[in-house]
Amino acid sequence: MKVLVPVKRVIDYNVRPRVKPDQTGVDLANVKMAMNPFCEIAIEEAVRLKEKGIATEIVVVSIGPAQAQETIRIGLAMGGDRGILVQTDARAEPLSVAKIIRAIAEEEKPGLIITGKQAIDDDNNQTGQMTAALLGWPQGTFASAVVKDGDKLMVTREVDGGLQTVELSTPAVVTTDLRLNEPRFASLPNIMKAKKKEIAIKSPADYGVDITPRLSVVKVTEPKKREAGEKVADVDTLISKLKSAGAI
Amino acid sequence: MAVLVLAEHSNSALNDATGKVLSAALAFGGDVDILVAGENARPAAEAASKLAGVRKVLLADGAPYGKPVAEALEALIVPLMGAYDALFAPATTNGKNAAPRIAARLDVMQISEITAVIDKDTFERPIYAGNAILTVRSSDAKKIVTVRGTAFPAAGAGSGAPIETIAAPSGPFASKFVREELSKSDRPELASAKRIVSGGRALASSDQFQQYILPLADKLKAGVGASRAAVDAGYAPNDYQVGQTGKVVAPELYVAVGISGAIQHLAGMKDSKIIVAVNKDEEAPIFAVADFGLVGDLFKIVPELTEKL
Ligand SMILES: Cc1cc2nc3c(=O)[nH]c(=O)nc-3n(C[C@H](O)[C@H](O)[C@H](O)COP(=O)(O)OP(=O)(O)OC[C@H]3O[C@@H](n4cnc5c(N)ncnc54)[C@H](O)[C@@H]3O)c2cc1C
Ligand SMILES: Nc1ncnc2c1ncn2[C@@H]1O[C@H](COP(=O)(O)O)[C@@H](O)[C@H]1O
Repeated sequence: MKVLVPVKRVIDYNVRPRVKPDQTGVDLANVKMAMNPFCEIAIEEAVRLKEKGIATEIVVVSIGPAQAQETIRIGLAMGGDRGILVQTDARAEPLSVAKIIRAIAEEEKPGLIITGKQAIDDDNNQTGQMTAALLGWPQGTFASAVVKDGDKLMVTREVDGGLQTVELSTPAVVTTDLRLNEPRFASLPNIMKAKKKEIAIKSPADYGVDITPRLSVVKVTEPKKREAGEKVADVDTLISKLKSAGAI
Repeated sequence: MAVLVLAEHSNSALNDATGKVLSAALAFGGDVDILVAGENARPAAEAASKLAGVRKVLLADGAPYGKPVAEALEALIVPLMGAYDALFAPATTNGKNAAPRIAARLDVMQISEITAVIDKDTFERPIYAGNAILTVRSSDAKKIVTVRGTAFPAAGAGSGAPIETIAAPSGPFASKFVREELSKSDRPELASAKRIVSGGRALASSDQFQQYILPLADKLKAGVGASRAAVDAGYAPNDYQVGQTGKVVAPELYVAVGISGAIQHLAGMKDSKIIVAVNKDEEAPIFAVADFGLVGDLFKIVPELTEKL
């Protein structure tokens, strides 16, 4: 079974994002970028499926600027086999990304697409579900376990009240939650090896997808600042403060 | 103009999230209908019909909707959308699972987790873990929106809207519900709790999490939350996680115990009315958002607090 893993290049999760003074967006100039953490989990899951003999080939895909090649390389160093960069400097929304992934899936015919549940920049949580819908495939979102059972996939999902298991026919789309696995670090030899792996460079037009955004940014502003309060000396003071604030 | 609200419910009862989505839909404007898709879900439909501002309730009752997979909701809702200008769904795991499928099928970009409705095309939503607020304008003819419950008021009581039964596609669908393991608890659920006590990595074990956090929560009649680190380490179940990629809460009182205050955690709780932090590191970032901070060892402070409350 071929596995397709879409990965997004985003701001590193350790960086505190800063809103640009002109309110057009978040300042990404000279900011450390990384692979979206949920995408790392997706790659790791694909590599584990390959180690178990279930996955035969892992194709790492990214839609983004030229630098997204670095993100694909990380995926290849973790165990991906080859990459596809659909290069564009324009903002590609989840709907456009899903359409591109659909087109790639129609060409590559994977048995499974694993995406992250959410990209930590725009916090959209849509692309996997949209891809599944456009392909007419089943989905197992927010996965904390994926088990192959004959030609079915059993996916355990993190839901509001606890855990839920769904059975999917294949081909299918799975989106990763935090507890699915702990991604490995790419070793130096594997990083060297990944440099020789093939990355095909494409454009959205190669897949016939118009990526004109449907959503336009009116403005991006700072959230309301929360003032730090006071440090209290002891439990008794805390209780009396909470009482006078009406909290207890 | 007409809006369809997707109800969050347990078949036998309506979840508070529904009323909040309704408030967002009413702010958007037009006639608002609520869809209750369930199995033996008449009680939930009746509760929905008693919310203020509802034109009618659509009840789609059938076996696949007791615990609906996204594919079943897609099959049900996509055809309904011909009669609606917008779908407002809760930003619960259920809503987040299904709404993007419906958006994609209608060739619409979903607007995720809105916190304000500005006008028919314009919405506010947090991005970058709430470190920035995006005002976004949609050019799509239909709007598919998920709603962050903490940002909207509960709905009022109405005089009773009619309930209309509609046919529900019976499947089979490409995915199938198999089983559920829900965390059992008599405590208030996180999304609607007035008070929450959350524990972090500092609790150091599941036993200590229970021994220190639960009695304090009991005393305060509070819901219980956790940081990702505490959940990953197995001190608390996954559905306790508060944060950017867990639950977003905004109770009257949030007590963070042994939680450092990473941006991903703050994203889920910084709109709480009053925040209390207990942490032995006086430099911990959680203190930057806490109304009342207590620096010290939680294993001393928490029992004393529990005792004296
Ligand atoms: C993609 C992604 C998504 C994430 N999503 C979330 C999310 O939704 N929610 C979330 O919470 N995190 C999330 N995180 C993780 C987040 O970055 C932090 O790692 C996590 O919140 C830290 O948890 P913590 O505060 O319990 O642990 P730590 O950061 O280890 O903090 C423990 C704190 O306890 C204090 N302490 C230790 N011993 C004592 C004692 N005896 N008494 C008092 N205080 C003590 C320490 O001073 C420290 O401040 C996410 C991370 C990533 C990469
Ligand atoms: N530009 C992109 N290129 C490749 N994959 C993407 C892109 N955007 C989103 N994805 C995938 O979709 C997941 C969820 O993203 P989102 O729906 O934007 O929150 C990510 O974790 C990726 O797996």
